[in-house]
Amino acid sequence: MALPAQENGWDLVIEPPRGWLALHLRDLWRYRDLAGLFVRRDFVATYKQTILGPLWHVIQPLLTTLMFTVVFGRIAGLPTDGVPQFVFYMAGTTVWNYFAQCLTRTSNTFIANAGIFGKVYFPRMVVPVSVVISQLIAFAIQFGFFLAVYGLFWARGAPVQPNWAILLLPVLLAMMAGLGLGFGVIISSLTTKYRDLQVLVQFGVQLWMYATPVIYPLSTMGEKYRWLIVANPMTAIVETFRYAFFGTGVFSWAYLGYSAGFMVLLLLAGMAVFNRVERTFMDTV
Amino acid sequence: MPPVISIENISKSYHLGVIGSGTLREDLQSWWHRVRGLPDPNRRLDQSHLPVEGHTLWALQNVSLEIQQGEVWGIIGRNGAGKSTLLKILSRVTAPTSGRIRVKGRVASLLEVGTGFHPELTGRENIFLNGAILGMTKAEVARKLDEIVAFSELETFIDTPVKRYSSGMYVRLAFAVAAHLEPEILVVDEVLAVGDLAFQKKCLGKMQDIGQTGRTVLFVSHNMQTITRLCQKAILLDHGRVAAQGEVNRIAAMYGMSDKGTTAERTWPDWQQAPGDAVARLKAVRILNAEEKPAEVVDIDKPIYVEVEYWNATTSLRPTVIIHLINSDGVVLFASNDWNNQHWHNSARRPGVVISRCVIPPNFMAEGSFFVLAAVGTFSPVTCHAMERDAVSFRVVDRTEGTGSRGEYAGTGWPGVVRPYLDWKVRYADS
Repeated sequence: MALPAQENGWDLVIEPPRGWLALHLRDLWRYRDLAGLFVRRDFVATYKQTILGPLWHVIQPLLTTLMFTVVFGRIAGLPTDGVPQFVFYMAGTTVWNYFAQCLTRTSNTFIANAGIFGKVYFPRMVVPVSVVISQLIAFAIQFGFFLAVYGLFWARGAPVQPNWAILLLPVLLAMMAGLGLGFGVIISSLTTKYRDLQVLVQFGVQLWMYATPVIYPLSTMGEKYRWLIVANPMTAIVETFRYAFFGTGVFSWAYLGYSAGFMVLLLLAGMAVFNRVERTFMDTV
Repeated sequence: MPPVISIENISKSYHLGVIGSGTLREDLQSWWHRVRGLPDPNRRLDQSHLPVEGHTLWALQNVSLEIQQGEVWGIIGRNGAGKSTLLKILSRVTAPTSGRIRVKGRVASLLEVGTGFHPELTGRENIFLNGAILGMTKAEVARKLDEIVAFSELETFIDTPVKRYSSGMYVRLAFAVAAHLEPEILVVDEVLAVGDLAFQKKCLGKMQDIGQTGRTVLFVSHNMQTITRLCQKAILLDHGRVAAQGEVNRIAAMYGMSDKGTTAERTWPDWQQAPGDAVARLKAVRILNAEEKPAEVVDIDKPIYVEVEYWNATTSLRPTVIIHLINSDGVVLFASNDWNNQHWHNSARRPGVVISRCVIPPNFMAEGSFFVLAAVGTFSPVTCHAMERDAVSFRVVDRTEGTGSRGEYAGTGWPGVVRPYLDWKVRYADS
């Protein structure tokens, strides 16, 4: 909302919304302390209110992984590129969870924060950005758990081999954060007008997981339909993650580049829509 | 001097009624029918001849205002006049539809105290969070932390989660943070009506300090008494437009009387047009302050003069001026006449202009709006020669700080139709 006032010494110019390309990144940076405090608040609030606290972050992927192992591994017998099923599914769930949480938890930004947004101005983007950072904490716990399980399998001589691609982990995280944030803010902008979109989000993310090689390796996809799965920007990320730890699966700079490009465009579009909506959404909520 | 806030032709419209139907399904259905050239199934039947279009409500229309550094402005107006909309635009909670506001310096707005407080966090953590929401950096909050905690008087509970606070403690903490914002420009909604009495007074004092340190303050309140106590200038909004702006006492008086059209002074320069008969006609009625100047707003601890000027045409009768003092509830506080002056009462009359002045002693009237009925009459038989209801009106403001009859009570609800300062004898029973 704050346009940097170029003209003679005005610090702030309030004008009707016009244009789509104002991203207000400088404004966002100025409020970085607030983002930090939101992260802290979310952390404290989440863990003070639950009995098990951070343990939830371990229980949830553990149960999911167990279920996947039984249903898709034992019953359906889906191949896992020779990787032990348990650790294969766990890798998939761990990465997917971060993305899914980023998306769903940012997708209700406007509705969930209407009270505070109606009373005080700060760059609204601070809220979804802090959510993405908060989720990193949950990811760190889940990732630590995954590493422990992985180490166990590795020590027992399972055919898993970490390689240099592990160094790409921060990049993968950034890409997932960007994708989750991009989709999340677009959905949150649309939900100010279409409330029923909210219901779709949980369900949509669930379906999306099956369109991503989380419970199956990309290599099982026939050439004919492979492009469909590759078109999904999450595919390269999940595949690269597993490649880094297991040495199996598809690693392709082109696929990764595609995901990165997709993420950047999506994020720019998302922020533009979000910034546009944030100026007047109080009138419609 | 260039202004620090320049509001130029700000307008804001809201759409009433249907913009989007609100559900994606209906919008898609409408779109699908339009694509096929069919009538829109979601179009409202009663207006099927019209395109689906909401009505537009203009909450603000071409509001312009220039505010200089250090001024304390009050924004007044009835419900729906656009006060909150203007405040929301200034706070950047919503954007204007057209126009432009330019601001020099950092703006902090306080539309609510305790925005973003989280019950699970401790008082200290909430100070940081709330401070950051209001635009302070962590370092700024840290620097003022001790001061904030001291102001809130919650030193012992500062590391307790605020969910264990009483509502009074909660508000105290919230206001303490807000009071320590140090923006160049502060935009405040009615947040003063919070907390216990002692704390209210402290907040009022703090607000006054803010205005006195060269900071610019914009203040919205329904309570005229608070506005006249705190502000120097005011803008009166009416149906989204600026009805008046300027010195607070003048605007406050206009606001109080905008239905009546009267002010502190009424004159009838033309004898022919003046209310009255062949015996006496009113020439002027005015409220004078301690400096003997016409004033719509007078201080509670100063004398108030009600002056009635009339043309006297008789020598045989002894006309007398009568006034009624009526408060905003329509209660006549008292009636008085200039027979109270025995000397005047008994003296013979001659034709000419008579000026009759009643002195209302200081510390007698209550705070509020008052109307004066002025009349000229004779007795035996009782005849009213000239009369004007609501001839003038004025406001009494209690700016006293502990020296008035309400003592240190800082709220606005001190009861009574009058507020006399009385003599009290107090002693110990055993002395």
